[in-house]
Parts: sequence; structure tokens; C-alpha cells
Amino acid sequence: MEYRIALAQVAPQLGDLDANLEIVRDAIARADAEGAALTVLPELALTGYFLQDLVPEVAMRRDDPRIADLGRTRPDMLVAVGFVEETDDHRYANSAALLRGGELVGLHRKVYLPTYGLFDEGRFTRPGERIRTHEVGPPIGRIGLSVCEDFWHASLPMMQALDGASLLVNLAAGPSRAPGSTAGLAAIAGWHKMQDTYALLGTVPIAFCNRVGNEEGLTFWGGSRILAADGSTVVEAPLWDEALVVGTINTDDLRMQRYGMPLLADERLELTRRELDRIIAERAGLPLATDNA
Amino acid sequence: MSEPRNLPPLPGIEPAQAVDVIIGFIRAQMEQTGYRRMVLGLSGGVDSATVAFLCARAVGPDNLLAVRMPYRTSSQASETDALRVITALGCATERVDITPMVEPMLSLMSDPAQAAGGDELNVRRGNVMARQRMIVVYDRSAAFDALVAGTSNKTEALLGYGTLHGDMAAAFAPIGDLYKTQLRSVAAELGVPREILDKPPSADLWPGQTDEGELGRSYDLLDRTLFALVDRRWTIDRCVAGGLDRDLVEWVSRRVARMEFKRQQPPVAKLSLRTPGIDHLYPRRRPGSRR
Repeated sequence: MEYRIALAQVAPQLGDLDANLEIVRDAIARADAEGAALTVLPELALTGYFLQDLVPEVAMRRDDPRIADLGRTRPDMLVAVGFVEETDDHRYANSAALLRGGELVGLHRKVYLPTYGLFDEGRFTRPGERIRTHEVGPPIGRIGLSVCEDFWHASLPMMQALDGASLLVNLAAGPSRAPGSTAGLAAIAGWHKMQDTYALLGTVPIAFCNRVGNEEGLTFWGGSRILAADGSTVVEAPLWDEALVVGTINTDDLRMQRYGMPLLADERLELTRRELDRIIAERAGLPLATDNA
Repeated sequence: MSEPRNLPPLPGIEPAQAVDVIIGFIRAQMEQTGYRRMVLGLSGGVDSATVAFLCARAVGPDNLLAVRMPYRTSSQASETDALRVITALGCATERVDITPMVEPMLSLMSDPAQAAGGDELNVRRGNVMARQRMIVVYDRSAAFDALVAGTSNKTEALLGYGTLHGDMAAAFAPIGDLYKTQLRSVAAELGVPREILDKPPSADLWPGQTDEGELGRSYDLLDRTLFALVDRRWTIDRCVAGGLDRDLVEWVSRRVARMEFKRQQPPVAKLSLRTPGIDHLYPRRRPGSRR
């Protein structure tokens, strides 16, 4: 079976929900014309990135009809889109919604909030506490959602692959750390290498959608891409410019890749857990439960 | 009989405590920068008078230079009130008439906007005066070996009611977190002369100008609105339900957002791995920064 993924590499307007809803609707319509089974938009596509104290002003509940309606363009099309979520107990999260036919079929709250260098996310939003996958049925199967920095922690995509993900979807708002120099291009190359590695080790296709545009002096670099389960590039969007790129995933490739390289099946989860338990105890200075000689 | 309308409260203040905090702040600025003296522009209004009193109390009147900078249309009352402050404090003072510096610039401003006349030209002329005063104060700061004390208050800063690189230019802002109505209690606590406390606030940039006339709202209503919107984080609807006029609240809210640029450093186009203001972040004063 084959299915098509569209990556909408857009430039959201900072703090302007109405303008961004329009940008996102337009991208979904174009993806629909391309016959996409899944359309991916960037992190915080509905709000813009460098929000600071605008966070409570642009936050939406997970069941906000403005979000749900984005999944109604074509009843069978999935849409992944980033927004600021306000929970019932008024925590604010950097969330990715997975929508279909007006329903929320998946939700991921960004687990790793970068608060270093040029980033200050931990000051304005709270981290998610779940790493899950979402069954969406054939042809895609099971989707593991993540948001930008989540991908800089290998445990997260690897756990999603082990949890049965047949597609990893990362929504990003990556500002270039040094857009005027080779150091900046090296950082972008680092992002791409890391994705190639996850696809290879997780034997899982990846859809990565990063935004473009400029906010408060920061330039977002784009470079969205789709990778096949063998780590090869299916399609890649340009750096810096807006684009909508579409690529095809063949589910037979995933099946045969996992037969040829049964890395997930061979994974020693019990061993990993035992050693993790030991490391956790040692890092916390706790007595070890058993002799660890 | 209709009930008196209940409005959201004014921001409160403990004046004696605020004075202690600000004096500690000024002394820390002096210590951290390695300066002993301060200079400020003294207009005769309550803001600069209050800062003069605070500075004199923090470092002593001998270490304070108050510069009076009238323009030909400035009111005589402003000069009289400025002199009241000098007399009360016994600090050094200089008078620099900005008229001969400002006139050549104003004579260059005979463009189509002048034909249109009116408020816009008044504002542009006022900006020229405020920036000329900044040039004088910064020159005196070099001559007197002094730091420039800012005289902008919180109401002005939030509404952007001030001239960028003019009266908003300073090395530090001792009253930058005091609303105008709070500032009056602090001024009274310090003993700022009654005449200065009681007169209507004015930038005195053209004859008959008053802040409240120009802003079109009283400081009482502006401060209630700002305190609700900013400090208490009320929504516009809640302010209106609380008794404030919707036009007022929307005007204030829009103005605070529109004037954000006056309260921040200009954004830098990030190109490198360490960019000042983005990921090159240090305390303003740190080991090595003292002169």
C-alpha cells in the first residue's frame, strides 16, 4: 500500500491566530489537491513561536472547534498541527494535535522544552508527561508525534518506534543558531543526520515539518523532509523559503526493511530497563536493590 | 438615584517602603558602575522633582547636578517650580536655554506636514526639544562625571508617552515601575513642594499642553486601566464589567501593544552563534564592567 504525506513549510504570524488559521487552511487545501493522506504543519503553526507573555492570549483547549474544523477539509485526511494548549487546570503546553474529520485522534505535549542558548521555552510553557503513539488505521497505521526539541533526545523517537509506530511525525519551529555562517549550516546538517539515524535505527519512516520566516531577529530554516524506513530521503523542502512538498511512503518497504534489519524485534527491553533502573538509582544516590557486581 | 460607579482600584503603594527600595537601587547602581555623581534634567514637574529628591537622598545633594533646559515657549511656572526643588535640596544646577539649538532644526521642518499643521507637527517639534535636552544632559554627564538618572514613570512607559532617545534616555530608571498616581504619594513622602504636586502634569512642549489633555484621559482612569490590564492581567471584558469604559480599555490595550518598541532594545538580525541580547546574556553590571 502507498500513501502520500504533505509537509506545509509555512511562515506563521507571531501571535495572530486568525491569520494563522487562514495560512493553515490554505495549506491543507493545497495538500488536499495533492491527494495527501496526512498533512503536517509546523510546531506552533497556529500561534507563532516567540510568544513570551502572549501564551495565555493565544492558548486554546484541545477540543477548540477552530482546531477540530481543520480536520474537516477532507474527512479521511489526517492533519498534524502545532498550537498552544491550555489544560483544564491551566497548564500551558506546546502541543501537536492530530486531527481527522473534525475529531482529535491524537495529542502530544512537547516533552523537552529547550531553555538554553537562544531558547527560553521553559519559562512560558510546561513540559508534557507522556510519550505515546496513536493508531489511525490503514494505510498509515500507528503515528508517533513529537515536537522539535523532543527529537534531540533519542529515547523519545526510539520509544515510539518500539511502541509500534509505523510513522514518526515531528513538528518543528527551528530557528537557525547562526544563519549567516557555516556553523549554522552545520547545525542544520546535524538535524538531518539525526533524523537519518532515527529512521535507520527505528526502521521507521519520518515526516519532519519545520517552519520558515523571521521573528524577533530569529530566522527559521525550513528544510522539511520525508524519510523512508531505510533512512533514505523521499523528498526535501528548500531551506529558508515557504514550500509545500509531497512524498509517497510504501508500507511494503517498512515490512521488508524490518525483516531485513530486525532491530526493533531484537531490542533487549528488559535488559535496558534493568540498567536504566540502576542508572536512575545511582544518579539519585539511592541504594541499589540488588547486587550489581 | 443611581449608585456611584464602582471602578477597579488604583495601584496602591507604601511610600516610605518604596523610597527605601529606590534609594537602595540608586546606591547599588552607583556602586556597580563606579560613579559617584548623578545628573538629571529638571523640568519643574513632579517626575523629575521626585527623582531629584531620591538622588539627593541616595548620594547627597553635592553629588547631584540638576539641569534646567527651557525653550522659549516654556512656562515661567516650570522654571519657578524647578528652582523650588533646587532650593529645597541645595544641589548644583545649571540653566541651558535650548532655544538657539532647537530653532535651526525647527526651521528645517517646513515640509508639507507643516502646511497640514496641527498636532503632528507639535509632536515632531516636541520630539526635537526632548532629544536636544538629551544631548545637553549627556554632555553634562561627561563634564560632571555623572550617570544620567531617568525620569520616566510606569504610566508613560506603558503608554509610550515619551520621546525615544529623548526624555526616555537614561542610565537607570528609578521611578520606571511607579504609576503616575503612585508617584504622587512617593513625592509627598519625600517632601516635594506642594505647588509641584498640585499642578496638572505637563510635558510643557507647547503653551497650554497638559498630559491629560493630550492623552484625552485622566491619570486616575489610565492608571486604574493599566493596573487592571497589566498588573492584574485582566481581560478587556473583565475591565469593562468592572466599570471601565470599553473605548478607554481598548484604547489603552492597543496603545500598550503598539508602544512595545519603545520599551525594548531593537531586534538584532541573528547571524552568529552568540548574538547580543539573544544568546549573549549577562547582567548589565558584572566583574570587569565597573569603570
